[in-house]
Amino acid sequence: MTGMVEKKGWGLWLTHVGLLAGIIIICYPLYIALIASTVTQADLVTPPMPLLPGGHFLENYRAALFSGMSTPVWKMMANSLVMALGITIGKISISLISAYAIVYFRFPLRSFFFWLIFLTLMLPVEVRIVPTYEVVAGMHLLNSYSGLILPLVASATATFLFRQLFMTIPDELVEAARVDGAGPIRFFFDILLPLSRTNIAALFVILFIYGWNQYLWPLLITTDPVMNTIVMGIKQMLPSGDQTVEWPVIMATAILAMVPPVAVVIGMRNLFVKGLIESEK
Amino acid sequence: MARVSLTAVKKSYGKTVVIDDLTLAIEDGELIVIVGPSGCGKSTLLRMIAGLETITAGTVVIADRVVNNLEPRERDIAMVFQNYALYPHMTVFANMAYSLKIAGLDKGEIAKRIETTARLLELESFLKRKPRQLSGGQRQRVAMGRAIVRNPAVFLFDEPLSNLDARLRVQMRMEIKTLQRKLGATLLYVTHDQVEAMTLADRMVVMNNGIVEQVGTPLEVYHNPATTFVAGFIGSPPMNFLDLNNHNIVPVPVKASLVGIRPEHLRFCPLGTGLCDAEVAFFEELGAETLVHLRSQNGEKYILRLESATTPPALATSVGLTAADKYRFFFDNNGKRLKSEDAPPSP
Ligand SMILES: Nc1ncnc2c1ncn2[C@@H]1O[C@H](COP(=O)(O)OP(=O)(O)O)[C@@H](O)[C@H]1O
Ligand SMILES: [Mg+2]
Repeated sequence: MTGMVEKKGWGLWLTHVGLLAGIIIICYPLYIALIASTVTQADLVTPPMPLLPGGHFLENYRAALFSGMSTPVWKMMANSLVMALGITIGKISISLISAYAIVYFRFPLRSFFFWLIFLTLMLPVEVRIVPTYEVVAGMHLLNSYSGLILPLVASATATFLFRQLFMTIPDELVEAARVDGAGPIRFFFDILLPLSRTNIAALFVILFIYGWNQYLWPLLITTDPVMNTIVMGIKQMLPSGDQTVEWPVIMATAILAMVPPVAVVIGMRNLFVKGLIESEK
Repeated sequence: MARVSLTAVKKSYGKTVVIDDLTLAIEDGELIVIVGPSGCGKSTLLRMIAGLETITAGTVVIADRVVNNLEPRERDIAMVFQNYALYPHMTVFANMAYSLKIAGLDKGEIAKRIETTARLLELESFLKRKPRQLSGGQRQRVAMGRAIVRNPAVFLFDEPLSNLDARLRVQMRMEIKTLQRKLGATLLYVTHDQVEAMTLADRMVVMNNGIVEQVGTPLEVYHNPATTFVAGFIGSPPMNFLDLNNHNIVPVPVKASLVGIRPEHLRFCPLGTGLCDAEVAFFEELGAETLVHLRSQNGEKYILRLESATTPPALATSVGLTAADKYRFFFDNNGKRLKSEDAPPSP
């Protein structure tokens, strides 16, 4: 990058060695998992552990995807996808609307509601998990997508982010739209949403991964294996007691579980980076 | 195009009165400049006419309709903002088209209007660009274009040139004036810059602290300032004021407490024979003219404008100062101008 101090000689080598070491440390477990998902159980359990890919890639992945241990992995992944997308889209929509209300409208008890939303910041799901379970159970939402999604949608972080963003939009722009004849709905869709585009993308990535990686909540409320999500599913595949397990299949599942978040990050990386570093005003 | 009239208009935020009892009639096709120091309520006034600010009391009439309770879009006005307020995510074309689209015009008509306006403002080659790809002057034009395409009854400009550099400002001033003539538009133009006001206005409204000090053509206001505020605000360098308690000047009208003399009307004279004596403090040499700054014994400061061809007295010398009778403006102790009729006949 221009502007940075240019390193020469030893400094340059040291930097690269450091970076490489870091990458190896991070990637080695992934590599092991990938290798393990391409060999047979027998190969895997006889020392030494294989470090080169075996020939059972398709077989292991097919086994994982279509039969799994108790639930086929494709089903668990579909559940996770629904939950992650539900949380992401739900949270972004609700946050956009509530931030819009708080920043642009004067209504009775406005600051009361503002502080109410603020308060939820201090109560993440893990803290309120027992009462939340009570409520969800009482509404007969156990083992349902709504039960998986709704409790995680209600949170204030995204609302605050959009509130901050909206407050940086100059008043003159709002007034120009008013003079041009844009009502509140039009202003929201024609001006506010396009101006929030990069922030929405960044939030989308962050929230998708947050939703995908949920563990405790799905574990609690999905008793029916058909409703299991992939992240908790992996945990349940692990051996308990004297069961024998197919490690290559578990590894294949782990690798599969990583694919959607990675795909989202790669797919949205341009917008995502823009949203984090630049504000388009 | 239309007339605008304000009757006993008032604006207050809680107990703070920002505009007080303002009455003003603007003729069809007139370019009115509202000028005053920062914070005197110019923007507030304009925004009340636009409908962006509620009217505490009084009535605003645009094109024979009371608009007090109408939304901005129903008032048939267009506004140009100080920071242009272009939609950053839309192209120049879309910026100009937005209000027309909302108004429900068909695509062909929108394209036709934008084409005409773009030609008028020489914006044709920028229509596909986003605002951030334009220079300040070009953005300014787009902001005007966005107002012009709508063909409104009244244009409202709030310090539209204050973000441009000095040269561009002078050029745009002329363009705005020409454009306004060409369109025959009623235009209310707010500025804090008295030079801008003088060059642009058909009539100017000088405001101070939420009240109108004087309304008139630029030259009327310049030659006949109604108050000390106007006398001091319009004209650069500002008018000199001599406190009559400290100076022995005859004849003076009754009740006069100040006399004002413009720098170009002040003359040197032998010590003790003029209105007052003062010491030459320093010179501002501006090329065509020289501004002589003087200080009197009791601390009053004066400025005298000299043609550069004239040799000024040396620094730190004491000189007498005088001015012809007709160039002496008298004010009472409320700052109100006293007409020469009020003056007693000279002995
Ligand atoms: N929302 C508001 N609440 C209270 N005072 C305000 C508000 N808006 C403007 N003012 C006051 O009104 C006065 C006039 O403001 P403004 O019309 O913007 O002045 P100008 O445009 O002449 O510089 C200022 O003293 C300002 O502090
Ligand atoms: Mg202003």
